[in-house]
Amino acid sequence: MAGVRALGSLSRLTTRRYTLFPGVTRRTFRVAACMMARTHVNYEIKGDVAVVRMNDPNARVNTLSVQMQREMTEVMDEIWGNNAVQSVVLISSKPGSFIAGADISMIQACKTAEEVTSLSQEGQKMFEKIEKSPKPIVAAINGSCLGGGLEFAIACQYRIATKSKKTVLGCPEVMLGLLPGAGGTQRLPKMVGIPSGFDMVLTGRSIRPDKAKKMGLVHQLVDTLGPGLKSPEERTIEYLEEVAVEAARGLAKKQILLTKEKGLMQKIQDYVMSYPFVRQQIYNTVQKKVMKQTKGLYPAPLKIIECVKAGLEQGPTAGYLAEAQNFGKLAMTSESTALIGLYHGQVTCKKNRFGTPEKEVKTLAILGAGLMGAGIAQVSVDKGIHTILKDTTVEGLSRGEQQVYKGLNDKTKKRSMTSFERDSFLSNLTGQLDYNGFNKADMIIEAVFEDLNIKHKVLKEVEAVIPPQCIFATNTSALPIKDIAAVSKRPEKVIGMHYFSPVDKMQLLEIITTDKTSKDTTASAVAVGLKQGKVIIVVGDGPGFYTTRCLAPMLAEAVRVLQEGVDPKKLDSLTTGFGFPVGAATLADEVGIDVAAHVAEDLGKAFGSRFGGGNVEVLKSMVDKGFKGRKSGKGCYIYQPGLKRRDVNPEALEILESYKLTPNAAVSSDSDIQYRLVSRFVNEAVLCLQEGILANPVEGDIGAVFGLGFPPCLGGPFRFVDSFGADKLVEKMRKFEEVFGNQFTPCQLLLDHAKDPSKKFHK
Amino acid sequence: MASMLLTSLRCSPLTSVQAAQFAARSISTSVHLQAQAKSKKTLAKPGVKNIVLVDGVRTPFLLSGTTYADLMPHDLARAALQGLLNRTGLPKDAVDYIVYGTVIQEVKTSNVAREAALGAGFSDKTPAHTVTMACISSNQAMTTAAGLIAAGQCDAVVAGGVEFMSDVPIRHSRKMRKTMLSLNKAKTLGARLSLLGSIRLAHLAPELPAVAEFSTAETMGHSADRLAAAFGVTRLEQDEFALRSHTLAKKAQDSGLLSDVIGFKVPGKDIVSKDNGIRPSNMEQMAKLKPAFIKPHGTVTAANSSFLTDGASAVLIMSEEKALAMGYKPKAYLRDFVYVSQDPKDQLLLGPTYATPKVLEKSGLTLNDIDVFEFHEAFAGQIMANLKAMESDWFAQTYMGRKTKVGAPPMEKFNTWGGSLSLGHPFAATGCRLVTTVAHRLQKEGGQYGLVAACAAGGQGHAMVIEAYPQ
Repeated sequence: MAGVRALGSLSRLTTRRYTLFPGVTRRTFRVAACMMARTHVNYEIKGDVAVVRMNDPNARVNTLSVQMQREMTEVMDEIWGNNAVQSVVLISSKPGSFIAGADISMIQACKTAEEVTSLSQEGQKMFEKIEKSPKPIVAAINGSCLGGGLEFAIACQYRIATKSKKTVLGCPEVMLGLLPGAGGTQRLPKMVGIPSGFDMVLTGRSIRPDKAKKMGLVHQLVDTLGPGLKSPEERTIEYLEEVAVEAARGLAKKQILLTKEKGLMQKIQDYVMSYPFVRQQIYNTVQKKVMKQTKGLYPAPLKIIECVKAGLEQGPTAGYLAEAQNFGKLAMTSESTALIGLYHGQVTCKKNRFGTPEKEVKTLAILGAGLMGAGIAQVSVDKGIHTILKDTTVEGLSRGEQQVYKGLNDKTKKRSMTSFERDSFLSNLTGQLDYNGFNKADMIIEAVFEDLNIKHKVLKEVEAVIPPQCIFATNTSALPIKDIAAVSKRPEKVIGMHYFSPVDKMQLLEIITTDKTSKDTTASAVAVGLKQGKVIIVVGDGPGFYTTRCLAPMLAEAVRVLQEGVDPKKLDSLTTGFGFPVGAATLADEVGIDVAAHVAEDLGKAFGSRFGGGNVEVLKSMVDKGFKGRKSGKGCYIYQPGLKRRDVNPEALEILESYKLTPNAAVSSDSDIQYRLVSRFVNEAVLCLQEGILANPVEGDIGAVFGLGFPPCLGGPFRFVDSFGADKLVEKMRKFEEVFGNQFTPCQLLLDHAKDPSKKFHK
Repeated sequence: MASMLLTSLRCSPLTSVQAAQFAARSISTSVHLQAQAKSKKTLAKPGVKNIVLVDGVRTPFLLSGTTYADLMPHDLARAALQGLLNRTGLPKDAVDYIVYGTVIQEVKTSNVAREAALGAGFSDKTPAHTVTMACISSNQAMTTAAGLIAAGQCDAVVAGGVEFMSDVPIRHSRKMRKTMLSLNKAKTLGARLSLLGSIRLAHLAPELPAVAEFSTAETMGHSADRLAAAFGVTRLEQDEFALRSHTLAKKAQDSGLLSDVIGFKVPGKDIVSKDNGIRPSNMEQMAKLKPAFIKPHGTVTAANSSFLTDGASAVLIMSEEKALAMGYKPKAYLRDFVYVSQDPKDQLLLGPTYATPKVLEKSGLTLNDIDVFEFHEAFAGQIMANLKAMESDWFAQTYMGRKTKVGAPPMEKFNTWGGSLSLGHPFAATGCRLVTTVAHRLQKEGGQYGLVAACAAGGQGHAMVIEAYPQ
């Protein structure tokens, strides 16, 4: 029943399984249908069963494009008109995809809400015909069945799915700021019950086949096959078709009945749901949850609730109308544009723009078995990379190995991995205290303490034992790579790989190249990151690179706000209210106050007063008292194991009190505080683009959202400037500048955009 | 031969007895020569001892839960060992070593080989150990014996296998076991009571053993069904093959061909002397059954799978010199053998496909040289899938790294006295049955080479070439 968790849902959006709405941007050119053979949909009649096969020749996955829809309509009309056919099987010829969703470019091409609404209504009509088909239709699902694909499938009379790992069912539209616009909000709650229905459409969560069977979303499951007389993929689809054809015959002959015996729990649930009062309670609860989690910043979930409610309370006509109209409205929102932009950006950042590396990394050695080192090891061993984890002490190594084990074992507990898989993945891990075997390593990632001298020592030690082609990657969040590389004998092999903590949960990897880093080294680092399942941005070298550099001024501002007497809880609610998934004070605790102090000091030195704001001494005093954030149990808040509720740390308040600043009423309203925090973040991001640290705005947006939790509904700092207006942002910054000085001076690129409104970061 | 002839010619006039002897000898000589002519070559290798199968026996294979229900595994093993002693007249102290296979272990007799040997009256000076390799456990026992002889460490070894599915170890849950073990260590009454108090209802749920892969948690029947589907084996083909197995087994039983079966007086019950799982049905009856594993569209049913069986088998393996020195007439040579293993998920039961070409190559034979095939029939679908895989160039090239297929055995040479589907399949006893059957069929049918192949849980497989002993 969880509503949309902004960051959570986005992170789900990027799991590899979700190949929804792929980048099929080319529109199929229109040729009179009668003049051209069908290319996307064809059918074969097997006895009395018509087998309809979908295969988009231009893409890796099937989408409900204009062409696909038109050919499908033609084919279905022919089948309905053919008296020899008693039933129909609908199947995809593509191994990994049934239908991955609607063609997103179709929606993006629309100029008005009305246009989108009529698209939705066309879809609704088509699926209504499918639903009312006099000849039973069996959807035979192998691979992704998402969005419009799922709506198609649930309009069919019967569904059979393979147990393939690639088979997932879901409606991820909400993650793009949309809603299932072709009957999904109407049919799903009826099919799987109101609570599960809400869960599916509001979270966009993907459902695996076994769960789908339990929920009643599919009727029958088919196993995947191994090697036989054909390749496993090919034969599995054939087998699925054979089983589906049998089922279709059974349905036509009424040997298979669609009225299913309901379980006791189901009966009770249905009975309870028959009371309008109960339903009203559910709507309210769901609405409350959504509001709590989205702060009202995401319109899609609210519209979805509206549509489901309309259908259940006022009947299908009202329901379908509400669905189509709301779909149109949502498609025109800036939130949807932002989320779709992030989706496209994330697809881009899952590609290696540096080409294929000369040598694949098969053996990876990680130095330092701390949180980061062990996290990197965890995401490597389960991808089949032989990983050496080296630490200097037995205790440190043991802790690190335990972390890797626990990370994998938790997956076993959640049953996304078998204990056997866990064991065989763990066999890729070698824990050790010496440099044994480093002569066979293809890449080293060091994750030792953030101290230039230690990094130098490690680099020299390692370079003495590794082979010449081995890459040396350093996991640092702020130390410039060229400084680390200064002592290297082969600086072309040195690169920065900035992972985010916790490594197994955070999707971003920031790769930092110096002007000496070779292209092949970069290609190799990106390839490893992609293998580890990361979304990757490649940025230039400099203090704080991109992500840390953007975060630092915002945290400095947050400290100033705290010094001005704003309570940490209030600060958190202001930032989350703006759309950040984690409040600024909590974020500081999570990052670590000591790390924050360290970074603030380093970057302060590098960038001067522009990075000022709050007094660094505040952080230092906190560190002196042992308030290092969550890891030490105390920071801005007090953390007690087992307790979810946390109180503000009174001793931290005392420190703040001693550094108290008097707020200036002109720039201290809630909204002002929000913009003070955000504008410094955004300005620094734009400056990074201006200085060439960032290669393009897309990577800037992805880095900010996936690495730092910049509000996904705003789509990242660059999209925010586009939609908010550079001129308005500059205006606000000028106001702050008057009070605080150069920390709020807009950078040149931002000024250029403010002057010329036609300039946009995203086309 | 020529000198013999000369001698006899010189010693004329012949007595009638001598004449008869001469005649008999010359006939036998000519038979021998014929066999030699048919045999393109013998598989004996220079520098390697010839290892022979002297004889093999087995208890009747019974459906689990029938007449053997109240026994223990070593009782069955004892019966097989005693039967072997009786059949061969072997002095009990002439055996150097005993190797026995078992799959589901009775925890009380974890080295079932030793318990059975002692109980069967073998000398207590004869060491015995137990091996396990799923359905090819007794194959492993036999090849272990062959290894001991080839290495010159032993001259006469008894190998065998036993499986007793009427009673399998059902355990307490891990939580309960932990509590019970802690209870032993608890010193005070209070500590004991608090431990007892910690027992919850969930602790009482027992753990049942399953015929499932540990690595994939998939039951074997489920895997067999998927395998059949992968090779496009239909339900009809499977039912037909199962029916063939039962029909041939019935025929073999009725015509007394299953001479490896020994009678066994079960305490408190009658003497058992026949396998009781052979039940030729008809296609209509078999078609009525619902799939047992993959529902509703699977093809593997109770009728086309091997059933849970109790049984034990034993063979006497010796070096050729020793056998001849002890006056035995061996039944067959045990020649080259291989073990193979592959993906335990998707190729769990494809052992014969991988093992057959390998062992043939090792022996320098082709499929056409083989006169007798005995394959372990775990499921009709598994056999059909293996036959199709062996017949496929694509499979050989894509998955086995071979240039061409090995080819499928011709059905008229294949499991003609029934197989595991009909005779039964006591996991660890089947291997010896296969080898003994090959030896008997070679004798009966006058062939020279036989091939045994079997699949086993864990995605493993085995094959062995057997050569008829010159008659």
